[in-house]
Amino acid sequence: MNPALTERPVQTIRSQREVFGETLAAMAVARPDILVLDGDLANSTRADIVAERAPGQFLELGIAEQNLFGVAAGLATMGFTPYISTFACFAVARALDQIRVTIAQPHLGVKIAAGYSGILTGSTGKTHQMVDDLAIMRAMPGMTVLAPADDTEAEALLRLAADLPGPVYIRLARDPVRRVFEAPYASPMGAPIVLRTGGSVVVVSTGTQTARTVAAVESLAEDGLDVGLVHVPVLKPLDDAALLTTLRGRRLVISVEEHAIVGGLGGAIAEVLAEAGGPPLRRIGLDDTYGESGSNDDLLERYGLSSQRVADQVRTLIGELAG
Amino acid sequence: MADLNEAAPAQLDLAGLEERAREARREIVRSVGRAKAGHLGGPLSAVDVLVALYGGILRVRPSEPGWPERDRFVLSKGHASIGLYAVLALSGFFPVAELETFDRIGTRLQGHPDMTRLPGLDMSTGSLGVGVSTAVGMAIGAKRLGRDTRIFAMLGDGECQEGQVWEAAISAVRFGLDNLYAIVDVNGLQQFGWTDDDGGRTRPWSIEALAGIWAAFGWTVRVIDGHDMAAIVSGIGAAIGERVDGRPNVILARTVKGRGVSFMEGHFEWHARVPTAEETERALTELAS
Repeated sequence: MNPALTERPVQTIRSQREVFGETLAAMAVARPDILVLDGDLANSTRADIVAERAPGQFLELGIAEQNLFGVAAGLATMGFTPYISTFACFAVARALDQIRVTIAQPHLGVKIAAGYSGILTGSTGKTHQMVDDLAIMRAMPGMTVLAPADDTEAEALLRLAADLPGPVYIRLARDPVRRVFEAPYASPMGAPIVLRTGGSVVVVSTGTQTARTVAAVESLAEDGLDVGLVHVPVLKPLDDAALLTTLRGRRLVISVEEHAIVGGLGGAIAEVLAEAGGPPLRRIGLDDTYGESGSNDDLLERYGLSSQRVADQVRTLIGELAG
Repeated sequence: MADLNEAAPAQLDLAGLEERAREARREIVRSVGRAKAGHLGGPLSAVDVLVALYGGILRVRPSEPGWPERDRFVLSKGHASIGLYAVLALSGFFPVAELETFDRIGTRLQGHPDMTRLPGLDMSTGSLGVGVSTAVGMAIGAKRLGRDTRIFAMLGDGECQEGQVWEAAISAVRFGLDNLYAIVDVNGLQQFGWTDDDGGRTRPWSIEALAGIWAAFGWTVRVIDGHDMAAIVSGIGAAIGERVDGRPNVILARTVKGRGVSFMEGHFEWHARVPTAEETERALTELAS
């Protein structure tokens, strides 16, 4: 990764949406081709920081997501680097045809900053929770799919996206999570990141679920269970070989994601492991269900994604393995 | 042919454009007949306007299709692709013989326009309703770059049923895009549509209703005869010459679906019907005269 992508160490943990606003504001000041196109959610996605610090490069497109993405495509053909500010649900679900036909198929450099991803969307419930965005965007030919774990990685990947060719989907969370990476962040693009080597069992996580999973494997270690942890910030293009290197020889691989267990990280790992002939895989995530309204803590508890619940499930799966 | 189309519309050779339109119609019918695939009704209604655009209104360089300062054209009604290809070929963007590859495996001339394959296409389209938004993005971009680039987008009257068209219409006004020219090919038919009381097909919109709606959104509206070359050239020329600061422009071209082939004119079935060999010959005979 380009060292220029890393910023000074930041002491206070920021939410990924704050990182989005602050990073894009800084990028816009430095690069006239950077534009932020908002679908009337700037004070949620924090694109309002761009509107304040680089007002000439903030474009308000209103409540019209299909047009929002089409306009971004047109701007990309004119040499601009548009970043989209909206929620994951409105990007992926509302404007899917526009992304497919006018961005992915012509391979235009539109960067989709999908805020409020997953189920932690401020108690807004299932309409605003997007549990299948990774599956949909991963299946789309030519789309790069990124899911940063924390504020440090979000900043690095948001900066990196500007220079990646073609369309990029960046999954961002609404609320702050524990920091996983201290700046300077310097992971090579595409490679899974081994956060803990572990023993015969390894957990693989993506996005901000990784931050909660770090605590889960720490608590397992306190109980004497040395479980590995691999973070996958780049779901597409997935570095199959590097991922396999971290998984081969284990007795059990467990995926965990704030997403459906179909088609996202768990699906991607299943594809890789099935072709490689193992090791066995178990998937933690939303099992053919939408979310609901509730506090973050209650939602994580109900859908099995809190640090405690992940640790419990891993313990159970290890027990089944022994039995 | 001049490489750079700088002639004022009033100075264009109308007889030459009319001849090119006849040739383009023949190429359209030949190509679809040969490919046994594609659309005829829409390309035949749109082709006179396309010939006028590429025959002198658009500032483009056929030998340098990616010229950054060029005017842009988006064919939002992407199913009329063969009409655009025929005109691009006759305008010197690629050899006319390449039209034989239309719709074949590996071709640059895809069923719907693919900008990644064919230089000279400014946008990929095919799903209806998407094109004007992309043109809005180009028009915003041109203004930001301080360029006198004009952005044209052609859509169908049936296509105006897509909600995205009106999202785009609203945003074009909000961004003051007086460099944007939408052209609606009002041929009065769509793929299937609705049955009239008398057994005919209901027009998607009356041209008067459509004009009123675009005007209500804040666009400058002109209505032209989309098959009269003099009217097309002077109408689009006036839209450019008399554009009002900050107002986007729409030109409603009154056309006939299947224009130029008697047994196709006004029949919705010819939206995407493939002609038999005999029908192709009959159509080419009509278009030869």
